[in-house]
Amino acid sequence: MKRATIDLWVGIFVAIGLASVSFLSLKVANLTSSNGGATYALYAEFDNIGGLKVKAPVKSSGVVVGRVTGIELNADNYRARVSLALDQKFAFSRDTSAEILTAGLLGEQYIGLTQGGEEDVLKEGDRIALTSSAMVLEQLIGKFMTSMAEKPASGK
Amino acid sequence: MFEWLRHLGAWTIDALWKLGFASRFLLAIVLHSGQVLLRPQLLIREMFFAGVLSLIIIMVSGLFVGMVLGLQGYNTLVRFGSADALGTLVALSLLRELGPVLAALLFASRSGSAMTAEIGLMKATEQLDAMAVMAVNPVARVIAPRFWAGVLSLPVLTALFNVMGIFGGYYVGVVLIGLDEGSYWAQMQNAVDLHDDVINGLIKSVFFGIAVTLIAVFEGYDAEPTAAGVSSATTRTVVTSALVILAMDFVLTAFMF
Repeated sequence: MKRATIDLWVGIFVAIGLASVSFLSLKVANLTSSNGGATYALYAEFDNIGGLKVKAPVKSSGVVVGRVTGIELNADNYRARVSLALDQKFAFSRDTSAEILTAGLLGEQYIGLTQGGEEDVLKEGDRIALTSSAMVLEQLIGKFMTSMAEKPASGK
Repeated sequence: MFEWLRHLGAWTIDALWKLGFASRFLLAIVLHSGQVLLRPQLLIREMFFAGVLSLIIIMVSGLFVGMVLGLQGYNTLVRFGSADALGTLVALSLLRELGPVLAALLFASRSGSAMTAEIGLMKATEQLDAMAVMAVNPVARVIAPRFWAGVLSLPVLTALFNVMGIFGGYYVGVVLIGLDEGSYWAQMQNAVDLHDDVINGLIKSVFFGIAVTLIAVFEGYDAEPTAAGVSSATTRTVVTSALVILAMDFVLTAFMF
């Protein structure tokens, strides 16, 4: 039995099939960290992260500067611990604040960073101390309802 | 009136006859598959004609289907401010329904019809009979390699169709419209489950592959050995395949999701 050109074509065909299946299972279905560019890791703790997801963007002034790489519950203080990978190009000062924002009313949630004024910058593994939680629509409506109910009574 | 009833009866009996013959034919193919293992060259040759030559049409159609999904999905999603979910929409519709069904329909018209015509013509020119005279079983030698080539090729083509479609949606959503690239992939990865969506879609395409190729080789083998017979058998292959694919898709979807 000799090798023929037809074997090569069928080989290419099968290879394309395997590549497609692995693309579908790795890149489309599960997580792969195919992040280009050098990054450094920071973390921040929030009381409530709302609907924040892993791989959500981290933005500063609306520009994407990194990604959320992990979310877990800190068992010591029961706050959500969010790990971030930020682009090496951008250094943030120690008093940078992080808040969870929503793109549009019902859109995807992301982390917004606001640069502070201190000279020292955050380094690999540091914690962003100033955080504010996600806006949870139900709680907001609840507060609004209670304040509406209280108003007539306090007005008099 | 009686003429009409007689036609109906003849049609029913003919359909049942065909169904029985097709089932026996499938059994014969499976029983004679040993030849395929002994002579992989036959299988490779048929995979070249059924699979490799379908690559272009599958890739181009997949790309355009994904692009249309991206465009239409964006127009609807943006009204609800959830254009970020475009990746999810494109990936789930492709993986679950559009990929397997459209790839199978294309495969039936591109490769299934060619198989029917080839086998029908072999029958019309008495090549199948000549093989039988030479003590070569035509089912083992001609039918089984084509059957397995089709069954193996369709899942590969379906996976490729899905990948091209996802990139088509990516091109329209991220490159042309300007959605966030990370959101496109991240929302997709959060929503798509390996077992529920990817594997089930491929299982679907295996079933479609069995159905389409069986119809194709059966219609060829069963064709009337004339020019008109081969032509009507080819038409029947495409029409029956399309109906069977869509009906099977409903049943499989009801089972899986």
